[in-house]
Amino acid sequence: MIMSTVLAPSPHVRSSVTIETAMYGVIIALLPGALVGAYYFGLNALKVMTISILACLAFEAMVLKIRGMDMSPLKDGSAVLTGLLLAMNLPSNIPWWMIVMGAIVAIGIGKQVYGGLGYNPFNPALVARVFLLISFPVAMTSWPVPKPLSFSLDTITGATPLGAMKTSLMMEGNVGAAANMNLVDPLIGNMGGSLGEIGALALALGGIYLLVRKIITWHIPVSFLATVFGMTGIYWLINPELYAPPTFHLVTGGLMLGAFFMATDYVTSPVTGKGMVIFGIGCGVLTVFIRLFGGYPEGVSFAILLMNAATPIIDRYTRPRVFGYPTRKEARA
Amino acid sequence: MEVLRVHQKQERDPTVANRFRGGVHPDDSKHTSKQAISGLQPAERLILSLSQHIGAPSRPEVSVGDRVLKYQPIASPGGFVSMALHAPTSGTVKAIEPAPHPSGRLVTAIIIEPDGLDEALDLTDKADPGLARSPENWKETIRDSGIVGMGGAAFPTHVKLSPPEDKPIDMIVANGVECEPYLTADHRLMLESPDEILGGLFLAMEIVGAKKAVVAIEANKPDAAEVMRKADLPEGVTVKVLPVMYPQGAEKQLIQALTGREVPTGGLPMDVGVVVQNVGTLAAMNQAVKEGRPMVERVMTISGPLPNGPGNYRVSIGTPLSHVVEQTGGLKGPAARLINGGPMMGQALAGLDSPVTKGTSGLLAFGPGELRTLRQRACIRCGSCISVCPASLLPHTLGSMVEFQLFDQLREFNITDCIECGSCAFVCPADRNMVQFIRQGKAELLALAGK
Repeated sequence: MIMSTVLAPSPHVRSSVTIETAMYGVIIALLPGALVGAYYFGLNALKVMTISILACLAFEAMVLKIRGMDMSPLKDGSAVLTGLLLAMNLPSNIPWWMIVMGAIVAIGIGKQVYGGLGYNPFNPALVARVFLLISFPVAMTSWPVPKPLSFSLDTITGATPLGAMKTSLMMEGNVGAAANMNLVDPLIGNMGGSLGEIGALALALGGIYLLVRKIITWHIPVSFLATVFGMTGIYWLINPELYAPPTFHLVTGGLMLGAFFMATDYVTSPVTGKGMVIFGIGCGVLTVFIRLFGGYPEGVSFAILLMNAATPIIDRYTRPRVFGYPTRKEARA
Repeated sequence: MEVLRVHQKQERDPTVANRFRGGVHPDDSKHTSKQAISGLQPAERLILSLSQHIGAPSRPEVSVGDRVLKYQPIASPGGFVSMALHAPTSGTVKAIEPAPHPSGRLVTAIIIEPDGLDEALDLTDKADPGLARSPENWKETIRDSGIVGMGGAAFPTHVKLSPPEDKPIDMIVANGVECEPYLTADHRLMLESPDEILGGLFLAMEIVGAKKAVVAIEANKPDAAEVMRKADLPEGVTVKVLPVMYPQGAEKQLIQALTGREVPTGGLPMDVGVVVQNVGTLAAMNQAVKEGRPMVERVMTISGPLPNGPGNYRVSIGTPLSHVVEQTGGLKGPAARLINGGPMMGQALAGLDSPVTKGTSGLLAFGPGELRTLRQRACIRCGSCISVCPASLLPHTLGSMVEFQLFDQLREFNITDCIECGSCAFVCPADRNMVQFIRQGKAELLALAGK
């Protein structure tokens, strides 16, 4: 009998879940949020998404070529996801070349410089967003006013609810009307902001899809959202003049996008459930402090990046007790 | 049944979750569970490897040219942790030479050419059908009968039945979990020979002085559980059905699921008062003591998409796998992967030259494209491997450390506590060969220690 068998190591059967399952799963989950962005910001939103995704793919290909590697990572979905996430973090009227610069930073400095997918310490899309925010503060904070199904490329800009609140705090000394707005608008996406900042409901829907498909676990989004809700709730109870209600904080800004899609990035978040909860709480605390006391109206991006930096140390101190070793209580006894 | 339930109530500690840590759900593919165990035509040549168990190699007691009878001892244990070997049929010793072995290496073996007469040694003075002799005597019989664990690891059974006096055993576990996909040999044995298994279980309880015993079966074999429950259970024996979860059949995980006890690191089940024996081993013990028959055959499963005759077969130890395959109708086409054992922990074979050993639980054959092609990539730190690891290790860290040759840190991350069950690699979305990395890491540690 002629045979050419493979001497592969066990196990010989594997689950069908691959990197692609996870990456394309997250992309599918982002679609409702992206559609809301397209609905309110029209062609501009589609333009930003297209440029961002294509630029990320192009730079990924370029860097792989420079590194002398094969092009297979292009198909794993990670560059497309980075492109889409970056777009979701940008205002719809941002100049095209800024998007391209963002893509270079995301793929080049955020990811490939460390060795590609799996080795990057920081979420690539957030590295790019923060780079653009610091480099081009005006362009990155002039938010178009939503205009349903608009095919015009001209836009009027206005403030985000969080921005309006911050301005009101500085000018009037109180949170103003924005903080006590009707929550239906931010829920459905009818507010100023980046493509993925609006439409809390659509984003949460995508998040639930990720949970149901077990692409992410509850640990990070629940601990992140609960921390923001709890902390802002306490401040609001103490002084509703100076602090907006927790529901307002939950549905505005990039919180839903951050909690479900950015903080849960496998590569840059802790690996154990316990570590993820600590990470989520850390993200929440930092977000609240930046929103309430920082110079920027929104703090989700900075919070996640800072916690990305803390991930190795969280992992170090949340190692599970190995089977057959004494529990901490037993060790003390 | 009522009595049974009372026993179970005493058995179960209500504070303990009836579950071990981690685990995965591979498709169980138990296609051959309805195929009754059948025999095969004898082979023309038997390869009886001197190393088919854990421990020192056996010492040959015959010479080339000797005529041997069925059941005649042909090799004696080469130490306490070693094993005797017996002729599976009558014939002539043709050679004692390096021969194919499932490990892929050539290992010294006694080659017997059967004469077709199947003339057997008289076993009457060895048999103890009325169980009149002492447990100590039974243990010697078990040792002299060459019985090793038939679940796959092939650890000499008499060693497990010899706990030191400071380690009292309160429970024997009859392991009928058979959590490896495809394999159904233990399942069939439980259906067809429950009394043999329970007889062996009684012997094990008497030998170590255990008052309790549990027959552990996974929920995908309800018929086996039913048969065992209806059988004549010795006093103190209960049947326990466990939810399906791989690797529940691993000793330490099974003990955790049944009792909540954790075998300490580096320890043995006897350290927590338990001895685990595979159901096939128990049946072999029963035959050895009551009939005087040494271990010369075993039941194995032939399965996978490729064999023409998938099923469960009683085969002589030493039968070349090629003979087993031919006798069962051959393969449908060229094999791309041959597996000695189950798909989770079994070993890939380069061909069918190697023989059936006492630890051969099955042979699986897959054609080209029938197993998913793997593309190993960098770890994306998804954490799946950690959540499924029954030992609570960080498999992704161990894998990366070996990949980047940081061998000196492996011990700190408890690499030696890995049982190589493969759950981590099974779930890995980056197709990383975690078990391979960990085996390499263990070998590097040994090499470092040897320096």
